[in-house]
Amino acid sequence: MKIPYYPGCTLHERARDFDVSARECAKALGVELEELPIWTCCGAVFPLVTDSVMDILAGVRNLEYASRIGDKLVTLCSFCYNVLKRTNRVMRDDLEKREKANLFLRADTAAREEVESYTKTDYTGQVEVLHYIEMLRDVVGFDELRKKVENGLGGLNVAPYYGCMLLRPKKEMEFDDPEQPTVFEDLLATLGCDIVDFPMKTECCGGFQIVNDEELAVMCSQNVVSSAIKRNADVIVTTCPLCRYNLDKKQEEMIERVRGFRRIPVIYFTQLLGLALGIDEEHIDFSDNYVDPRPVLAEKSLL
Amino acid sequence: MRLKLTRDLIRDELITRVQDLSGQSLLQCYQCGKCSAGCPVVHEMDIVPSEVIRLLQLGQLDEALDSKTIWICASCLQCASRCPKGVEFSSICDALRQIVLRKRMATPRVDADDVSAIMVSDAPQMGVVGALRKLNG
Amino acid sequence: MERRIGVFVCHCGSNIAGVVDVKRVAEELRKYPGVAYSTDYTYMCSDPGQNLVKDAIKKHDLTGVIVAACSPTLHETTFRRAGRAAGVNPYQVEIANIREHCSWVHQGEKEAATEKATRIIKTMVEKAVLDEALDPIAVPMTHRALVVGAGISGIQAALDIANAGYEVIVVEKDPSIGGHMAQLSETFPTLDCSQCIMTPKMVEVSQHPKIKLMTYSEIDDVSGYVGSFKVKIRKKAAYVDRDTCNGCGLCMEKCPAKTPSEFDEGLADRKAIYTPFPQAVPNKPVIDAEHCTYFLKDGKCGICQKICPVDAVDFEQKDEIIEEEVGAIIVATGYDLYPIENMGEYGGGKYEDVITSLQFERMLSASGPTGGEVLRPSDGEVPNEVVFLTCCGSRDPELHMPYCSKVCCMYLTKHAMLYKHKVHDGQAYVFYMDVRTAGKGYEEFYTRAAEEDDVLYVRGKVSKIFEEDGKVMVWGVDTLTGKKVEIAADLVVLGLATVPNVAAKELANKLKIHTDEWGFLAEAHPKLRPVESLSPGFYLAGAAQGPKDIPEAVAQASGAASKVADLFAEEEYHREPIIAVINDDTCAGCKVCVSVCPYDAAEFIEEDGVARIQEAICEGCGACIAACPSGSAQQRNLTDEQLYRMVSAALEG
Repeated sequence: MKIPYYPGCTLHERARDFDVSARECAKALGVELEELPIWTCCGAVFPLVTDSVMDILAGVRNLEYASRIGDKLVTLCSFCYNVLKRTNRVMRDDLEKREKANLFLRADTAAREEVESYTKTDYTGQVEVLHYIEMLRDVVGFDELRKKVENGLGGLNVAPYYGCMLLRPKKEMEFDDPEQPTVFEDLLATLGCDIVDFPMKTECCGGFQIVNDEELAVMCSQNVVSSAIKRNADVIVTTCPLCRYNLDKKQEEMIERVRGFRRIPVIYFTQLLGLALGIDEEHIDFSDNYVDPRPVLAEKSLL
Repeated sequence: MRLKLTRDLIRDELITRVQDLSGQSLLQCYQCGKCSAGCPVVHEMDIVPSEVIRLLQLGQLDEALDSKTIWICASCLQCASRCPKGVEFSSICDALRQIVLRKRMATPRVDADDVSAIMVSDAPQMGVVGALRKLNG
Repeated sequence: MERRIGVFVCHCGSNIAGVVDVKRVAEELRKYPGVAYSTDYTYMCSDPGQNLVKDAIKKHDLTGVIVAACSPTLHETTFRRAGRAAGVNPYQVEIANIREHCSWVHQGEKEAATEKATRIIKTMVEKAVLDEALDPIAVPMTHRALVVGAGISGIQAALDIANAGYEVIVVEKDPSIGGHMAQLSETFPTLDCSQCIMTPKMVEVSQHPKIKLMTYSEIDDVSGYVGSFKVKIRKKAAYVDRDTCNGCGLCMEKCPAKTPSEFDEGLADRKAIYTPFPQAVPNKPVIDAEHCTYFLKDGKCGICQKICPVDAVDFEQKDEIIEEEVGAIIVATGYDLYPIENMGEYGGGKYEDVITSLQFERMLSASGPTGGEVLRPSDGEVPNEVVFLTCCGSRDPELHMPYCSKVCCMYLTKHAMLYKHKVHDGQAYVFYMDVRTAGKGYEEFYTRAAEEDDVLYVRGKVSKIFEEDGKVMVWGVDTLTGKKVEIAADLVVLGLATVPNVAAKELANKLKIHTDEWGFLAEAHPKLRPVESLSPGFYLAGAAQGPKDIPEAVAQASGAASKVADLFAEEEYHREPIIAVINDDTCAGCKVCVSVCPYDAAEFIEEDGVARIQEAICEGCGACIAACPSGSAQQRNLTDEQLYRMVSAALEG
């Protein structure tokens, strides 16, 4: 089964481990993630002001590219997922913005002299934007997934961190209950993990403020990390490269701030999934983690 | 100094602009403060989110625009997600930032040198792009 | 006979005259065919206004009257009465609504509004010229009332009607009467014990010679109409012959099966054979088959049956349908709390020490599961810091309920106060948006809590609650200082929104009475008819109609009861004659009307081969009229011809 796949800039560069592990896992589950032949940055943040047609164009272009090869689009990065899903909704429901955005698309096509090869039908939000977790749940199915688990992850205490962008705004993302979400837990339970319920799992990691106000962002991340540590998590699992960066890399700062700070690995859920599916460690690639997860994984006999 | 309230001030064009730009009705806010209570970065703010909305309700746009608060918001949407009246402070915040940024009166929040430094330190592209779009316009 | 219609255009102060040029309208109508007289006046509903109508009828020999004014729901009766006094049949007095339908919605469009008002009146003139003189239909009256629900509202209504000398049937779905009030500890603002004032009333209901009490019973079906409703009541299988049972309680003692007690809000267990609480009325148990070992394990157990000294346990018992006839029905189905699980950000249903207000009531109650001690559900410790949250699910149009639940400010204040009375060293916090104390003695009660019992009121909402180190962390805000607030609490009590009883919506459908969008029963008029339903013969009492406290519920129940007594004072009931009739000459006997009639009012007369409408039953809904292929079914005073003429007048020009 082929599904159009949008990796996004960060997975193309700084989060290659996320991308590679996700592709390998999908393959093991009989799904081929077909990377869009052309794609651009999605814009990273969805504009919250109302007069923004230019600001959503990047997202619209990628959705339109996807519509040429399929009716779904899978993505992994929480930011990309949020931007694409919300942009898609605008294209579906906001007729005025849809019309304007399509004018730009036509100009693009003309510029690339693709007029002949490409039929000029408007993009109307017809592509279904899926998060990889939704793909696992709805396309593969957790029951099917469970059958393919080769190494159960029993004994590993995993704290699933949702962050913000998967869940909010609820009406648009329709991903899960924004207050007491469960889909991540359901996935991890399928892999046999022991789940650590921690109250900060939907609190913000500081996001892009890491660029503007590092101290602020580290404070946010520390709140999340400490909450998981306190509940005896072995690892924190995330779906977002920026969360990963703030929670993992910034432990460097947390050590400076907090006496006796105990470090905790922060890994992508696809890396855990890879372990469970018995995928080669080289494809899972733990080398980019600041806090190395390998010792704890080895200790639990998972490597 | 006493805050002088007048009809013209309360109905100031720019206040209407904030409403239009954010798509939020300021009058809907009944000041319960749930946005401020749940905001993860509220302790760094000079004025908490519900107070920013209150200032706008009172026609005090400049004070809202001058606040540190609007640059601290990380658009995590926790405020919008829990607001009992469906008022999205995160959108109001974006609108206020846009008003400042579009006037080109502000020096860029994110310094180009900082960006190159942070890029070297492995920060994900999405964070840099996000910060530049949100904070530099 | 020549029709002479009088048109009376009301200014309604400036409500109409401020937008519609009433003088011009009256003048215009004067020229309209069939109109013999036309005038305007400031307040037509006032005494001089009504006299103006009466005098004109006599002086100009009018056969019909149009009052162009507000909605007919307000003053149709007023003017029909005036018409009758002056010799015009009330059903030849019509209202043209030029306020709600015109002036109020077209402010700033004076010219167009004036034109529209003229047309509205002309359409009513077209109707009036063909209006027949009608008389109300007299139907027999059954002088017996049904009260559905036996909380404080139902109990009060039943007692009032019974004391007025009429028979009452009380139907309660639970094994005991008493409702939520029986669960409460002490009541604001006097702190009198709820049980102490409630149980005597419960006993009175059970012993009143005019009251037939049917607990553990539900309404299956209601047919008929005001004056003679036929009600099917399902007496649920209790598996105990409650007439034989002497209430010794031995069975409850020995029963091995346990399940969380509804009465104790899950804070304690009850047995599968149970009475909800020791003061239950009737104080005789029922078996809850869903949790009974005998039913779950195919006949194994049966201990209760073996030890019952009077052989009252009967596992073979079946639901029983009992039919009753009543003249009026009071619906007093009460309220529930909004589900705590819906408050995800507060960990509702997830954290043991985040509880509902009714759970806290049970905890405070001397007869409750903790014997009146305030103890944390998680570890049984006395909590030193307790946080109370108002507006949990109320005043939240975005995510929950938009309305104010009205009682939470007061009961949480009471909770905080009673907690302080029990734990002197403890600290109570109440998060609030507005403390609403509109009631006699309420403000004083709140002041006392804040000033004498050191309850700290924090103005702001709580955003998140979570467990940390054995405490319940509360993240709130104090909007008065603009500071984020954190409290490491031992116990959190949520003042959850008041919502209609879950079963009420279904019951309302069965009774064919209206509810609002939240499921609260709709009153006939929000100000002037607050205890009646729009459906004749149905009356409303208590929190089923909207959130209310005990005194208000009791007042409404007494109000509903007096309406019933008022109805019963007549030997017959007079119904509106605006109903369907079938023309025998053109009816082809196709029976479509019989099949579409929702009230079973249309019947087929075999010997004549035609259908007929039973006057006493027809509600005038019009279903048969729309369905009749030959146009034989017509609504009195709303015939096809009248409608054609009205539409033509409306579209003229």
